[in-house]
Amino acid sequence: MTADRAAESLLALSQQEELVDLPKDYPLSASEDEGDSDEERKHQKLLEAISSLGGKNRRKLAERSEASLKVSEFNVSSEGSGEKLVLADLLEPVKTSSSLATVKKQLNRVKSKKTLELPLNKEEVERIHREIAFNNTSQVLSKWDPIVLKNRQAEQLVFPVEKEQPAFAPIEHVLSGWKARTPLEQEIFNLLHKNKQPVTDPLLTPVEKASLKAMSLEEAKMRRAELQRARALQSYYEARARREKKIKSKKYHRVVKKAKAKQALKEFEHLQKVDPTAALEELEKIEKARMMERMSLKHQNSGKWAKSKAIMAKYDLEARQAMQEQLAKNKELTQKLQAASESEEEEGGTEVEELVLDAVNEAQMNADGLNPWMLRSCTSDAKEGEIQEDPEQLPEPLAHNVSESEDERPVTEEEIVLKEFEKRRSLRKRSELNQDAELRGSQETKDSTSQEVLFELRTLSQKFKESHQSRKQKASSMETVPQVQREEPAPEEEEPLLLQRPERVQTLEELEELEKEGCFQNKELPRPMLEGHRLKKNPNNQTDAPKKKRKEQMIDLKNLLTTKSPSVKSLAVPTIEELEDEVERDQKQMIKEAFAGDDVIRDFLKEKREAVEASKPQDVDLTLPGWGEWGGVGLKPSAKKRRRFLIKAPEGPPRKDKNLPNVIINEKRNIHAAAHQVRVLPYPFTHYRQFERTIQTPIGSTWNTQRAFQKLTTPKIVTKAGHIIKPIKAEDVGYRSSSRSDLSIIQGNPIRLSAHHKKQLKKNSID
Amino acid sequence: MKVKMLSRNPDNYVRETKLDLQRVPRNYDPTLHPFEVPREYVRALNATKLERVFAKPFLASLDGHRDGVNCLAKHPKSLATVLSGACDGEVRIWNLTKQKCIRAIQAHEGFVRGMCTRFCGTSFFTVGDDKTVKQWKMDAPAYGEEEEPLHTILGKTVYTGIDHHWKEAVFATCGQQVDIWDEQRTSPICSMTWGFDSISSVKFNPIETFLLGSCASDRNIVLYDMRQSTPLKKVILDMRTNTICWNPMEAFIFTAANEDYNLYTFDMRALDTPVVVHKDHVSAVLDVDYSPTGKEFVSASFDKSIRIFPVDKSRSREVYHTKRMQHVICVKWTSDSKYIMCGSDEMNIRLWKANASEKLGVLTSREKAAKDYNQKLKEKFRHHPHIKRIARHRHLPKSIYSQIQEQRIMKEARRRKEINRLKHSKPGSVPVVSEKKKHVVAVVK
Repeated sequence: MTADRAAESLLALSQQEELVDLPKDYPLSASEDEGDSDEERKHQKLLEAISSLGGKNRRKLAERSEASLKVSEFNVSSEGSGEKLVLADLLEPVKTSSSLATVKKQLNRVKSKKTLELPLNKEEVERIHREIAFNNTSQVLSKWDPIVLKNRQAEQLVFPVEKEQPAFAPIEHVLSGWKARTPLEQEIFNLLHKNKQPVTDPLLTPVEKASLKAMSLEEAKMRRAELQRARALQSYYEARARREKKIKSKKYHRVVKKAKAKQALKEFEHLQKVDPTAALEELEKIEKARMMERMSLKHQNSGKWAKSKAIMAKYDLEARQAMQEQLAKNKELTQKLQAASESEEEEGGTEVEELVLDAVNEAQMNADGLNPWMLRSCTSDAKEGEIQEDPEQLPEPLAHNVSESEDERPVTEEEIVLKEFEKRRSLRKRSELNQDAELRGSQETKDSTSQEVLFELRTLSQKFKESHQSRKQKASSMETVPQVQREEPAPEEEEPLLLQRPERVQTLEELEELEKEGCFQNKELPRPMLEGHRLKKNPNNQTDAPKKKRKEQMIDLKNLLTTKSPSVKSLAVPTIEELEDEVERDQKQMIKEAFAGDDVIRDFLKEKREAVEASKPQDVDLTLPGWGEWGGVGLKPSAKKRRRFLIKAPEGPPRKDKNLPNVIINEKRNIHAAAHQVRVLPYPFTHYRQFERTIQTPIGSTWNTQRAFQKLTTPKIVTKAGHIIKPIKAEDVGYRSSSRSDLSIIQGNPIRLSAHHKKQLKKNSID
Repeated sequence: MKVKMLSRNPDNYVRETKLDLQRVPRNYDPTLHPFEVPREYVRALNATKLERVFAKPFLASLDGHRDGVNCLAKHPKSLATVLSGACDGEVRIWNLTKQKCIRAIQAHEGFVRGMCTRFCGTSFFTVGDDKTVKQWKMDAPAYGEEEEPLHTILGKTVYTGIDHHWKEAVFATCGQQVDIWDEQRTSPICSMTWGFDSISSVKFNPIETFLLGSCASDRNIVLYDMRQSTPLKKVILDMRTNTICWNPMEAFIFTAANEDYNLYTFDMRALDTPVVVHKDHVSAVLDVDYSPTGKEFVSASFDKSIRIFPVDKSRSREVYHTKRMQHVICVKWTSDSKYIMCGSDEMNIRLWKANASEKLGVLTSREKAAKDYNQKLKEKFRHHPHIKRIARHRHLPKSIYSQIQEQRIMKEARRRKEINRLKHSKPGSVPVVSEKKKHVVAVVK
């Protein structure tokens, strides 16, 4: 093509030359230099044309040098420079004329717009589509990951996954399809129908329905309102209780408890004045609580809480107090008997009190009229019932108690540990009291009935101290021996507890020791012995001893390594000879020092010696001590006998490692057994111990209970014969399956048909 | 004088009813039952031996076809019904309990290339060499009625495979491209191609039902998304893949039966490396089917045997063969996971037990307990050499046996050469390619 063009332009040029030649001959218009320049240009052109013919850089320059017929709007070119035509060049002449402003604007707008990118080719587009689709799909699929993982790791899989629902027909359906045939059935049906018993819908009989309807609207409303109110109240109450329960402050609860006790007391007093029978009932309640307590032993420091507290009590003041409180409560609750019985003793009170007492007596008579003990005490005491009313005595013991409580703080701790003693004591005391009641008059008892009753409700510590005091009084008045007995163990037991307290702070080791010995440390242990024990475990001593030992070991090692002991020599002859180099020796020394802890050579020697000993055949000694001579402790069969009855084992074959100093060859390996043994650790196991453990735990029913056996032998996959197992479904595992069906989605998409199919379709439509 | 007497509480030894087992008081003190490991070992050994003794997997052979059986299909609702298509265009429906053919149809001229049942079990589809897709009713025609298909679709090209959607009235065929058809229409609603080659098999994913997999004779496996009607990814293997099968319990796992004697289990999200390469066949693997539990699959091979592989193991746990069984073309695992069917060249369909030594029929509870116990024992002691040797021992026909030996030698030689090459070349210049990666040529996006 380009060659043709070039040829054409050449032809044109030659023609032009002819044309131009003419005016040369007839100089009519053109000046000289014009002609010159023309000639030059032509020459230039010719040169160019020629060069373009054969040259590599053929380019067609659509140059418009003169007016010609061939001017085309597509062929605009910038003059000569070979540059691209830029819009700005075209616009330059427009600048001056203002009338072309609109055109200019339009052109500017065109300039600012960018051309569109070329669309990607089809393969590229498809690839991108595929990639996006693949990413989406794999995202959808990865929701199955957890389920697949779970199923792979599951101990047991049961197929089919979805349970086939057994067809349960509702009772109405069954009944409707069933008819009474036998006379008995008919009879029963007749009866049922007569009474209008529901056959199909067994919710309400017609009679019940009628009665339901009978309730008037107002009544129903009222009832409903009532119910609503009750429900609301209940919910409020529950909410409040929940809120209060959440409060963690102990102090708050303590205060609340105290307030409650006070309130109860007040109410009781009030009741006594207003309604004695009700008060009596209250009393009975208290009595019952006491009985319950005695039966249940709830506050005997035997519960889980109490035990944990007992452990903590050594270190924790609060725990100690809590324990005491509980004990006191127990005492209070259990000692009611005396209080009650004592209350019966005093009759001479105010009228109100009398009233109460009468009632009490009556109640007692009615309740436990069978108990002759109680009766007797009641009557005998009632006779002597005197006015030992002591409103002023009441504060006095209280004050006493306060002072005592401070004194007794440390002393009472003993009781935490000594609940058995306590029990015994209380038993003893009860018997004493009974005796007291018989022997003594009411002047010994210190409280009036009402006070006693009130005391029951009083706070725990008060109660406790009071009982303590009464005990003391009794003890002082009557029996001193039991008191002494009781008090004797106290100081004894106090000592270890007290002793331990300062020591606890010392070291961690002490703590550990404590732990070891537990809370059941021997209390009988005398102090020096304990101390001796402790001394033995003294950390200083302990650290000293091992140090010494270690030192000894170090020295030993050096000896072994530097002074070449004969055993070592025989072992490592070549190495020692090599050691003569000093540098090497130094290095060796360093290594030895670094590994000073483990004496490998000696260990090995020892091991080998042991192995050799163990492999030696053993002699059989058949001597019977005492056979044919005297026998007994300290007597040995004579050497002669022993020699005679000793069967010497024959010398075995020489050991294979006899001449190999640094090798132990195990000759015990049983080839026959080895055939049955696993050589290489199987795959999932990482240590031979794991594998051994799995082998060593038996799974048979000989060694396991039936239940364990069943559990150990559950098969991994369970299938049911004759049941079709369907592929897993999203709904089965709780996933939402895609709501739209695949079909609808495809039909929503534009149909993709190959060209071939399109043709076929067209053909079909034409046909 | 006080006489002491033994007295026992009858609750401890008296049965409540006659039907209860006698109570036997047991003392589980370990000192009374010594040698637990050796005793259990012996039990395990015996159990393994008995398993081999009772391993009689072959159940029945269904004969009646007059040409090689080319394809099999399971009935989705009935366990006893099986369909088979032969190379002479005949389709037969079998009753497995009676082991009899209940219906025979001359469906196509030439091969029946593929067949599938509709998910509801009322009809089935066949494709043949006569370029037609035919839909047939499952029930036999009534008396006097003619045996003819419900629908026939005449195509332009030969269809080589067909599979039905698991939930909807859609099926897919393959040939020159993968076509997706609505049952109601005579033209495909969507057809997908990627390159030009004959596609030999197409399979719908049973869980995520919009996914399809196909394998073509240009050695590649292509995955499609039916909803976006686009191919997703293509993996090119060393040799041609004959069939693929999706795992019915794990949505993204499928297994491809390859001409290079191996099977490849892929995770479809990461196609560049197969999850497991299953090796044991000594000739091209022609078909594969998953157990409905998704834990094992069975493969049929040109080497006249079928093998059962655990999904996560590269070696087979079982091989079935008989003297008369020729090249096995198709294989199916029944949907109760108890049996395996295979159709082979010599016109027979064979029925096998999936578990060779399993006792068929009802088991008493004691039998069941003993079976479970023995199974656990075998599992526990399976690493012990004697037990392992007995459990692994299979008799093989001479052809397969010698082939295995031969291939072992070849493999060893190849390995040796590789090692030598590695040893004698500049370190790093010869890359070490793992066995898994070796067979994947490329993954095309």
